[in-house]
Amino acid sequence: MNENWIEIGRVEDIPRLGSRVVQSPQGEIAIFRNAGDEVFALRNRCPHKGGPLSEGIVSGNRVTCPLHNWVLELESGSAVAPDVGCTPAYPVKLEQGHVYLQLQIAEAVA
Amino acid sequence: MKDKLVVIGNGMAGIRTLEELLKLDEADRYEITVFGSEPCPNYNRILLSPVLAGEKTIDDIILNSREWYAEHDITLHTGDPVVEIDRVKRRVRTESGLEAAYDRLLIATGSSPFIIPVPGADLEGVIGFRDIADVDRMLEAARQYKRAVVIGGGLLGLEAANGLMKQGMEVKVVHLMDRLMERQLDDPAAAMLKRSLEERGMEFLMETQTAEILGEQRVSGIRFADGSQLATDLVVMAVGIRPNIELAQRAGLHCERGILVNDTLQTYDPRIYAVGECVQHRGVCYGLVAPLFEQAKVCANHLAQLGYGRYEGSVTSTKLKVTGIDLFSAGNFEGGEDSEEIVFQDPAGGIYKKIVLKDGKVTGAVLYGETMDGAWYFQLMRNGTDVSAMRSHIVFGESHLGDSGHGGQNRAAAMADEAQVCDCNGVCKGEITQAITSKGLFTVDDVKLHTKAGASCGSCVGLVEQILADTLGGDYSAPEHKPLCRCTDFTHDQVRAAIREQHLTSMGEVFRGLEWRTPDGCHVCRPALNYYLISSWPLEAEDDPQSRFINERVHGNIQKDGTYSVIPRIFGGTTTPDHLRAIAEASERFDVGEVRFTGGERINMLGVKKEDLPAIWEFLTARGFVSGHAYGKALRTAKSCVGSTWCRFGTQDSTQLAVELEQMTWGSCMPHKFKMAASGCPRNCAEATIKDFGAVGIDSGWEIHVGGNGGVKVRATDLLCRVESKQEVLDHCAAFIQLYREEAHYLERTAPWVERVGLAYIKERILQDEAGRQALIERFKVSQQVAQVDPWAERAQGGQAHEFAPLKIIA
Repeated sequence: MNENWIEIGRVEDIPRLGSRVVQSPQGEIAIFRNAGDEVFALRNRCPHKGGPLSEGIVSGNRVTCPLHNWVLELESGSAVAPDVGCTPAYPVKLEQGHVYLQLQIAEAVA
Repeated sequence: MKDKLVVIGNGMAGIRTLEELLKLDEADRYEITVFGSEPCPNYNRILLSPVLAGEKTIDDIILNSREWYAEHDITLHTGDPVVEIDRVKRRVRTESGLEAAYDRLLIATGSSPFIIPVPGADLEGVIGFRDIADVDRMLEAARQYKRAVVIGGGLLGLEAANGLMKQGMEVKVVHLMDRLMERQLDDPAAAMLKRSLEERGMEFLMETQTAEILGEQRVSGIRFADGSQLATDLVVMAVGIRPNIELAQRAGLHCERGILVNDTLQTYDPRIYAVGECVQHRGVCYGLVAPLFEQAKVCANHLAQLGYGRYEGSVTSTKLKVTGIDLFSAGNFEGGEDSEEIVFQDPAGGIYKKIVLKDGKVTGAVLYGETMDGAWYFQLMRNGTDVSAMRSHIVFGESHLGDSGHGGQNRAAAMADEAQVCDCNGVCKGEITQAITSKGLFTVDDVKLHTKAGASCGSCVGLVEQILADTLGGDYSAPEHKPLCRCTDFTHDQVRAAIREQHLTSMGEVFRGLEWRTPDGCHVCRPALNYYLISSWPLEAEDDPQSRFINERVHGNIQKDGTYSVIPRIFGGTTTPDHLRAIAEASERFDVGEVRFTGGERINMLGVKKEDLPAIWEFLTARGFVSGHAYGKALRTAKSCVGSTWCRFGTQDSTQLAVELEQMTWGSCMPHKFKMAASGCPRNCAEATIKDFGAVGIDSGWEIHVGGNGGVKVRATDLLCRVESKQEVLDHCAAFIQLYREEAHYLERTAPWVERVGLAYIKERILQDEAGRQALIERFKVSQQVAQVDPWAERAQGGQAHEFAPLKIIA
């Protein structure tokens, strides 16, 4: 078990193609689960006008913000072209059905 | 080892096919080589007119730079046309002697201007108006000479004449017919156009036939059939185009006027495809961009070996900007013996509009000066909608009095660059034109994606279309069958039919059965499919919460700060002191931010935190409330005015009717929100005539109204019928709602739906077909058995708890 991984729940507590919210000292973090049961974590604020990404529709490895339909990549937090913007992504992993999160922002994806 | 695809021709149709192919073909199937006769990469030929007029440069109109070809590993040979196709050895040979083998060949050789075969046609200074070389020659002539004659008073000829005039030449236009643009305009519109152009200095010789072009090495004049002569320094032939078929003919491919292709754009040799102006499909050769782009899409589908695309020909409209004047023409614009014409004419205002009707349907239209509604008439024409109910105002177009947004503008050309076009997103005209030219945009969808204009409420889309036409010189009219979303090529109707006919009851079945391009769909199709499944199979299909927009998943309206609004249902707008007390208590207990009345005659509590929703619902349901569904694509409210119980004018008990209407229909899911009202007398204080379904009390019973809308696009209702009893109102309501639920597209309000299918159709289904009406009522009742369940009560008792609580709180 590495440093700083916090156990936040079981993967089945997150709806498939959906999201649950983790409240942290850094604000809300949205944890996503795709159709293949992979997990992702993004700051729960759309780079556009701060909308709650956890409430958006998830398809593939993307989520659509419910406020104004910006589409973000779950892996990197980047908006899909032609929109430009990014929300921080957090390291998250799945081990034996349990989801672990790190509260430091992941390195920016190249 | 990749297959080799060779493309003969580097023009708009051929390269568009490659763009479509690249979008589809993840397998990266081909090694692609393109041979073009012109020296430059693919450019927008429609924009040659502004280049001639000095408004744009050639660089402005390039669609695909050389970098684009390189980025996509496409080998481009410019200035080196193919001269021979060897179909046996499957190779092509170019003018310079280069050879290339092919597994698939795409012929996109376009067309050439027709040069009238009179003596002197080959003199220097006699040119067509087809490509950049022509434009260069015209600009050079304008620098050295004074006089020009354009032969041909069609679109191209007038654009050439206008451009040459802008470059300072004296221009005369010679036309064989007695009216300009006779293939798009009728007499009055053509006359207005001619007057307008004459005012700018253009001169016309109508009904004039060219007999000979005079001169030694260079043109010096023209002699006409009637013997008269005209001196000139430049002759532009703009009398038509001929498909370039010689290469195909020599290769043994069957041609008539164009290269013959079938619905998959294949020639008689199945390895050889053809698209664009060189093609003849079902007897038609096209010269406008929109059909060519549709062909490109289907051809790419087959080159990518998907095999299901089909091109069935195009119905075209022409939306043009000729020398700054907006024109629109579609279908049978002339009219004729068994047609009726509705005409609006304002010569001083420069407006002429003619709609041609036959058997109650639009069969043609010509618009001069005001073309905002061109796309609407065209849609009515393509759908074959019965427009009899709209006769009295159809010529005034779709824009209604009371529409909000875009400052009442309907002439994009007159707007300054800084003028705001899209009021929802703050996009000005300049931004849109800049995006169109710098990013090579062609359609309204392109503009929506890249600028957000038109992407919210949609009321500026008419202006955006005009701006597209102005900037591109013509209009890329929307494809006839608009796919449901980017995950599929199927339309709403096709998907719905498949769900019904193949008894599909889950989204997975739809994705697999209809070969969705994505494994999970997208935020557009998932909610639509969820609705279509539930409405088609209410007893079998299961609702998919993850495919519902947040409001409908959480049963509250999300606000911009992430809190929610809570609106309990108040049937018919009638409440009690007890209920008001309950709402007041709830507002205080849950620290509600703001309490306000809604337009639907109920009360809104704003600023409720998501985690408090189950608790506030527990409180409200215990006091007798159910959800108001104020957040959903669902039945909203039935408003009422006081009616015969209290009002001295009331002829009928509108409050009771509204309560019963709402009791019958609450909980039902719909393609979009659905609002009702019942007024007690024709004074209509409940505003029933701007509702989706409205009832107006009259002395002998009730008037039933449908298809109204009081929002962005105000539409007054159509009168459906008059009935005597309250029960009949309820029955007609259930039937109308069920028909709407079964046949409208997801996110289509009743107003556009009624206009799309025509009131006559709705009357047929609901009034004339009595057995059908009964069946609709039965199906609505069955649906309601499952649907009329209070979602608040379910969640107050702990249902869907994961939605409202965080997964974890980290201190």
